[in-house]
Amino acid sequence: MTLTADATGTIAAGAGLRAGRARPPAALVAAALAGVALVLLPILYTVAQAGAVGPGDAVALLFRPLVGALFVNTLTLVVATSAATAVIGVATAWAIERTDLPGRTIWSVLMAAPLAVPPFISSYAWVSISNGLQDFAGALLVVTFAYFPLVYLPVAAALRGLDPALEDTARALGQSPWGCFRRVVLPQLRPALYGGVLLVALDVSTEFGAFALLRFRTFTTELYAQYRIGLDGPETSLLALVIVALCMALLVAELRVRGRARYARVGAGSKRPAARVPLGAMRWPVLGLFATLVAATVGVPVGMVLYWLLHHAQAATSPVAPSLPALFDATLNSIVYGLAGAACALAIATPIAWLAVRYPGRWTALIERAAYLAQGAPGIVVALALIALAVQYVPPLYQSVPLLALAYAVLFLPLAIVGVRSALVQIPPRFEEVARSLGQSGAGVALRVVLPLAASGIGAGAAMVFIFVSTELTATLLLAPTGARTLATEVWANTSSLAFAAAAPFAAAILCLSFAFTWLFANRLGQADVSDRG
Amino acid sequence: MARLSVSRLTKTFAGRAVLAGVDLDVAAGSLLAVLGASGSGKTTLLRIVCGFERADSGVVEIDGRAVAGRGFHAPPERRRVGYVAQEGSLFPHLTVAENVAFGLERRERRDRARIEGLLERVGLPAAYAGRGPHQLSGGEQQRVALARALAPSPQLVLLDEPFSALDAALRVETRQAVSDALAAAGATAVLVTHDQSEALAMGAEVAVLRNGFVAQIATPETLYRQPVDAALAQFVGEAVILPGIVEAGAVTCALGRLPLGRAVPDGSADVMLRPEQIRFVTISAAAAPCARIVGVTFYGHDASVRLALAGGAETILARVPGHRVAKAGDDVRLAVEGPVMAYPRASVSAAAARGATLSENPRSAEALGIEETLP
Repeated sequence: MTLTADATGTIAAGAGLRAGRARPPAALVAAALAGVALVLLPILYTVAQAGAVGPGDAVALLFRPLVGALFVNTLTLVVATSAATAVIGVATAWAIERTDLPGRTIWSVLMAAPLAVPPFISSYAWVSISNGLQDFAGALLVVTFAYFPLVYLPVAAALRGLDPALEDTARALGQSPWGCFRRVVLPQLRPALYGGVLLVALDVSTEFGAFALLRFRTFTTELYAQYRIGLDGPETSLLALVIVALCMALLVAELRVRGRARYARVGAGSKRPAARVPLGAMRWPVLGLFATLVAATVGVPVGMVLYWLLHHAQAATSPVAPSLPALFDATLNSIVYGLAGAACALAIATPIAWLAVRYPGRWTALIERAAYLAQGAPGIVVALALIALAVQYVPPLYQSVPLLALAYAVLFLPLAIVGVRSALVQIPPRFEEVARSLGQSGAGVALRVVLPLAASGIGAGAAMVFIFVSTELTATLLLAPTGARTLATEVWANTSSLAFAAAAPFAAAILCLSFAFTWLFANRLGQADVSDRG
Repeated sequence: MARLSVSRLTKTFAGRAVLAGVDLDVAAGSLLAVLGASGSGKTTLLRIVCGFERADSGVVEIDGRAVAGRGFHAPPERRRVGYVAQEGSLFPHLTVAENVAFGLERRERRDRARIEGLLERVGLPAAYAGRGPHQLSGGEQQRVALARALAPSPQLVLLDEPFSALDAALRVETRQAVSDALAAAGATAVLVTHDQSEALAMGAEVAVLRNGFVAQIATPETLYRQPVDAALAQFVGEAVILPGIVEAGAVTCALGRLPLGRAVPDGSADVMLRPEQIRFVTISAAAAPCARIVGVTFYGHDASVRLALAGGAETILARVPGHRVAKAGDDVRLAVEGPVMAYPRASVSAAAARGATLSENPRSAEALGIEETLP
């Protein structure tokens, strides 16, 4: 065996990229860490601001009647919505997956459809029917109808994955259908159910637009009110801290449940379809309930928007004809912001997802988890923190598109990460190895193999971010450049002044945009990779 | 084409030594089959030669140039090593032609004649160039993968169990096509496999990897006829093992006094012969040992016959041509063709003490999830 020193030297010197899975490239780690730092910035700033308040002051500010009232409001609503969505979600999932209900395929699509209706649009629809639908009852109705798909989708997916042999066994052991459901099916659905309910709770805690229109006071609406009157003191920071703490607790619980749900599904799943329970005489009442649910969740928003579009002259409070240039402007802004937000989210998500998929380990998992934490901050908190940071450190960024895009990226990063991650997971590392053995460098592999294969998955993730951003209200309201209006802010402004007819064209545009993407949600959320809207 | 030389290669995963000092030498233009059970470290060896994995110590040289070892590690794209993966791993977003052209320089990629020539070399019609990988059978995918690996004229081609995903009929055909293509290209190649007959049929030489060591490296014929120990004999094919005593260059056992294939010191030993060395003799020679047929498994071209030797409870296996099968219960007289191997008892127990037995340790291999389950 001979070892020629200079031949060795030339090969070693050219070894820019090192193989082996253990050590990720430093540039990749740096990009991922920078992204995580950027998205966690608003939360860290909020905590730091609140931490600056003295303990005595903090106690005095936290134990005020106002904070108590907000806490009771938020918590009762969260609990009531969780219970309501759990019941509706499980009942609809079971009826569609395990009974002989007619039209199951159509119903299963319609059950996911409410996700395409932003809650503030349903709020607008219900408020425009009757002023009586306000406060707690109205809020409960709107958010339950808006968010029950977050329970329905994972529970239905779990039901499809259950091994029917277990249910057969339980029946053979003498259980009634109800006993079988209670003792065998429900326990297995628990991870999916808890995960869905926790997402609902998180979304209710961070919701702003729907509650503001219904005049139901929660932490988010109070924060907005304080911002509007120029309050920016310790009381505001503490309010923000309370809601962030609540959301973080829910998010951590959700992540833990989701981790377990994944294990629960391993090994389950069977090719044989489950036996369906015949509904018999109950068929018509059940169909009636489904029809009512769809009418309330999709029918009312769509119907009311159509009504105000066609009857704008009869609107008592605002006989305003729709203005085409304004509609065009708002749509264009919504689309531009949506693209900017999607691009920014992808840029931050790609290194994080790449690191998590190709270099799995404790540290990379921690980085990915940290990125997920960003979604725990309500849009209003993120917007307020970014405003404060921009005004203090980089004033030109205040009310600029880059800052707005960053806010969107913070709010919807998990959607982008899920998209990139699932696309990368499907590419076997072997492809990259083969490409390397054929003489491609790391960049060549990324360009010629990974990108073409991952493009559709990454595109789907970007499309998800785009649709959520283009209908986003809270951050847009606070951070959009002065005078720039989007579809969402137009609906908001007009509804706030009870100009329901004037809001209708913008609401219609949002619904069109959203429904066009519904299939995407249905496909993605069916895999239980659900996320929230800020 | 280049010589491959591997020396004192070690690799440890999770505290378990997968490679414990492997030495190999492959002459330029020849094909070495690396044979090993799962968990023997053969895939790890191949991944280190490719550069996908880093060795803990040891040196890998291609054409006299070290590509791994002594503190440095050339990345895979600089080694000029062709790699054919178990499942072919054709890029699903590229056509057959684009896959084959992947490793070529940009201006060479449009050279249709060259690509068609490569396809032809692996036995595929030029019309396949425009197809997508999903339109090919498993065997065709493997041929394209080989054409892709050969395209940039690598110094060395490594094949990682390339036929294990194919069904039996396709396997023989694809094996032949790959053999021919490699020979036509004059390629130095290393084929990793767990299939004994594949290793014997394809390798100019076969290296048996066992517990992180090369147990034996030899031509297929030598490996089969003169394995270094009884366990290896049983791993490489069917073997009859009988106790015997070596004396004056021959060994005496239940089958009589037999000539030795390789000289061993006098004393008690395990005698090893292949079942097809046993013949049924019709002439009743007084010296020929007697046996009763206990069972017959008929395969058509030949048959396995289980025999109980006279005076013994244990059975041995004989393999006889299909047209000479006797019935169970018949008594037959036996003769042995050709020399046999004898392994002195002391050295067998010494080998066992070193842990160099072939009996797999499935618990540790599975629990650690090494080797075949590497992502």
